[in-house]
Amino acid sequence: MNTAILIEYLPLFAKAAVVTLKISLAGIAVSLLVGLLCSYIQYFRIPVLSQIVQVYIELSRNTPMLVQLFFIYFGLPKIGISWSRETCAVVALVFLGGSYMSEAIRSGLEAVEPVQTESAVSLGMSPFQVMRFVVIPQAMAVSFPAVVANIVFLIKETSVVSAIALADLMYVAKDLIGNDYNTQEALFMLVMFYLIILLPVSILSSVAERRIRYAGFGY
Amino acid sequence: MPDSGISILFTGSNFWRLLQGLWVTIQISLISVGLSFVFGTLFGLLMTVKNRVVKAFCWLYLNFIRIMPQLVLLFLVYFGVTRQWRINLSAWTSAILVFTLWGTAEMGDLVRGALTSIPVHQYESAAALGMDRKQTFRYVILPQTIRRLIAPSINLITRMIKTTSLVEIIGMVEVLKTGQQIIDANRMKFPTGALWVYGAVFLLYFLVCWPISSLARKLEEKRR
Repeated sequence: MNTAILIEYLPLFAKAAVVTLKISLAGIAVSLLVGLLCSYIQYFRIPVLSQIVQVYIELSRNTPMLVQLFFIYFGLPKIGISWSRETCAVVALVFLGGSYMSEAIRSGLEAVEPVQTESAVSLGMSPFQVMRFVVIPQAMAVSFPAVVANIVFLIKETSVVSAIALADLMYVAKDLIGNDYNTQEALFMLVMFYLIILLPVSILSSVAERRIRYAGFGY
Repeated sequence: MPDSGISILFTGSNFWRLLQGLWVTIQISLISVGLSFVFGTLFGLLMTVKNRVVKAFCWLYLNFIRIMPQLVLLFLVYFGVTRQWRINLSAWTSAILVFTLWGTAEMGDLVRGALTSIPVHQYESAAALGMDRKQTFRYVILPQTIRRLIAPSINLITRMIKTTSLVEIIGMVEVLKTGQQIIDANRMKFPTGALWVYGAVFLLYFLVCWPISSLARKLEEKRR
């Protein structure tokens, strides 16, 4: 491996990492919102909407992101829905991530024992207060590790956006392998940059898991 | 000819070709799943060994595989390993190799989790009944471990099937690539082909994965 080449590649990969990070952040933020919305619809069993959410969750969880992305980027323009590459990548990530976040948050909400809400109601709390002061704080503690694990999962999944020619880490690596034939250097940088991005989140994830078990909310 | 969209799927042998592509996807998945279950069980057992060196090795392997996107692993093998050691690996071999390495790590962690979740009193009770180590494992620990493993390992199958879609990027002709070829070949005749073909691929994946993941959920509910 040639260090001069590594140094030459550094700015290219740094630029690509920004693309990966941008798509990840946007996708994860919106996924969380979609997940929150879907999980509440399911938790309160809102008629019609909760059936629609169920269908969405099954479709999203049982198909690969690459296929979802191709459908959105190549398929939807044929019926007049045409977005930029970045938007398509974020939309695909949200389509996938929304369902994973929803399941993570819902499992937290459902882990709160009925006796908790019943007690809160008997203390005279309004439905809003029950959620705000009793259910959500406990549910958050339970779903936090799963949510962080989903964040790692979603950042990893962004690697497929290179397939629609978005210049993320994968794309730059493939480009450099193809053009310069410096395979080892390009792959080394690829691994390093993914480690830099994913290691902190992954460590947070395992710490969260241990902490929450220690806290032992809900059971 | 006016554009009739969906008929792209039923023109000539297009749909048959998609199904053939799906068969390639399923083949890669089945082979990788089979190998992963075998090696994963061994890896899971290895992870329960109390030797420091073995532990460090297992930890490093598991966490490296888990933290890297599967596409990066695919690149490492398909471009990296081949270049480093001057060997020629086809996309097929690389795919099987990568998915087996990944599946082994995931399955291994499931096996380890199931094994360590068996309470100590099960071992103690077995010992109190006069069972030796082999009998304890065979008649007490193994049946309970397997029951705990069924649902999560079936789930792993759907995850692996979904992940095989990545091999399209290293140039394998499976269901997604076949779809691309059909779209390209019919670009003039069916300008809206992409919508229908990718829609069909989406549905095919769903039809394969959904029954499996539903089964996993039912089994999990039953166990609880």
